[in-house]
Amino acid sequence: MKLAALAVMLVAFPFIAGEFYVNLASQIFIFAIFAASINLLLGYGGLATLGHASYLGVAAYISALLGLKLGLGHWIAAPAALLGATLMACVFGLIALRATGLGFLMLTLALSQVLWGTAYRWVALTDGDNGLRGLSRPFHLDDAASFYYFALAVTAVSLWLMARFVGSPFGAALRGARDQPRRMSALGHNVWLIRWITFVYAGFWGAVSGLLFVYYHKYIHPISLSLTNSAEGLLAVIAGGSGTLGGPVAGAAIVMLLKNYVSAYIERWNMLLGIVFVVIVVFMPEGVVPGARRIFSRWTRRFKSAT
Amino acid sequence: MDAALQIRNLRKSFGGLPAISNVSLEVAPGERRLIIGPNGAGKTTLFNLVTGDLPRDAGNIILFGKDVTHLAPHHRVHRGLARTYQIITLFPKDTLEHNIALSLLGLSKVRWSAFRSFDEDLYGEARAVLARVGLEHLAKKGIAEVAYGDKRRVEIAMALAQKPRVLLLDEPLAGLSREERATVKRLIAGIPREVTVVMIEHDMDTALDMAERITVLHYGRVIVEGTRAEVVADPKTREVYLGH
Repeated sequence: MKLAALAVMLVAFPFIAGEFYVNLASQIFIFAIFAASINLLLGYGGLATLGHASYLGVAAYISALLGLKLGLGHWIAAPAALLGATLMACVFGLIALRATGLGFLMLTLALSQVLWGTAYRWVALTDGDNGLRGLSRPFHLDDAASFYYFALAVTAVSLWLMARFVGSPFGAALRGARDQPRRMSALGHNVWLIRWITFVYAGFWGAVSGLLFVYYHKYIHPISLSLTNSAEGLLAVIAGGSGTLGGPVAGAAIVMLLKNYVSAYIERWNMLLGIVFVVIVVFMPEGVVPGARRIFSRWTRRFKSAT
Repeated sequence: MDAALQIRNLRKSFGGLPAISNVSLEVAPGERRLIIGPNGAGKTTLFNLVTGDLPRDAGNIILFGKDVTHLAPHHRVHRGLARTYQIITLFPKDTLEHNIALSLLGLSKVRWSAFRSFDEDLYGEARAVLARVGLEHLAKKGIAEVAYGDKRRVEIAMALAQKPRVLLLDEPLAGLSREERATVKRLIAGIPREVTVVMIEHDMDTALDMAERITVLHYGRVIVEGTRAEVVADPKTREVYLGH
């Protein structure tokens, strides 16, 4: 029932909101997929990554380059971008999963920095700091509302498939590997392979968000591959609530609202973003979604005991 | 007939300190073997080498005639090896039935299913396993909510759920009250004969009656091995435990 009401609200949104807000919502959807894919690793796998922007950026660059340099249509460029970024996740996973914890974090950061540096310096291919312009959207989704519905549909499918993944027996094994890797191994689970498959799957969804990202902006710049982008995704997951399905979506909304809406009024919006994160971590260390649920159930209990 | 578990010239050192020195032992199928020794004798290290949790420096581990020395820990589990831990190692955020379900999942092909729902049948099977150890009524409780003795029983249930051929029990009676000890001892005594049981116990008196053969470890070496009477009568055992 709640889900149906939410669906009606989301479908009706472009009819009641102005173009600015419809575009903002599209950006929230894109970032929600990105954050949810990080959540697979961080929340369900216990693997904090600072390199997830690699998959977003590489998919976006492949799609843009195939269109611009080779003149290929979206029907070829999009699958090629997803395949290219996912294969890269296969290889990066082999390298990064040689470690866990801080080692894993540093390896993912190092690998993404290599890509970011390459995008900046390989001017002949990427046009360096100028970025790649003149890109198009598929299906002539040029107005805000039609792109909104496209992004909404892709986000709904993405989140549903990620929810299926974590709710499956494989997802249970993934959470087990997060909590007690040694015990899981002693129960016959191949912990390394569980993590690698999740890494690749998360990379794929990072690439999906990258495709939407490049379609939305019709422009791609090396900053999409940067540490800042990866860190914002990670912060969105932590702020929203890692290891929950709704957390990354809420976190993505917080980041995007601060970045795109508040920044219009406050020049130092980054400072505000920092303050918001500090407040969340102090008062709701488990994240906004589980934190709000906790507070709501406490209020409900108090209300019931008072009546 | 091949031995259930054969350990040949096993060695392991931490830095320059030898923890296991040239240990060899053979456990027959269906046997109940007790490994005893004072603190620091290398008992848990020996288990960790058998399961592959620790890499060995030298030697071989053979399960039912097959050398598993170079297999990863999870592959050894698929060959019929299961263990419990001295320090309880469960999934504290989950229910008892989910803990057992993870154990059942470890040997099931379903564990690779990434797009189907978590099977309710698996929980049914988990509850049946819990019933075997007398914990079915706590199936829906979180691990953090149950008593220490019940957690010990869940540890054993998780290992039994895998229908192992060789079961390694690492101090299953540690930290239990007298009543809890009796319960767990009954549980171990009820393990089917087709399962070979190797058990570590620190306290000699509590576990002697549970074994057919006993191995005494001291400073990483086997110093005595034999039946209960032989081990108790051996002066080396007295020396290790009584210091004279």
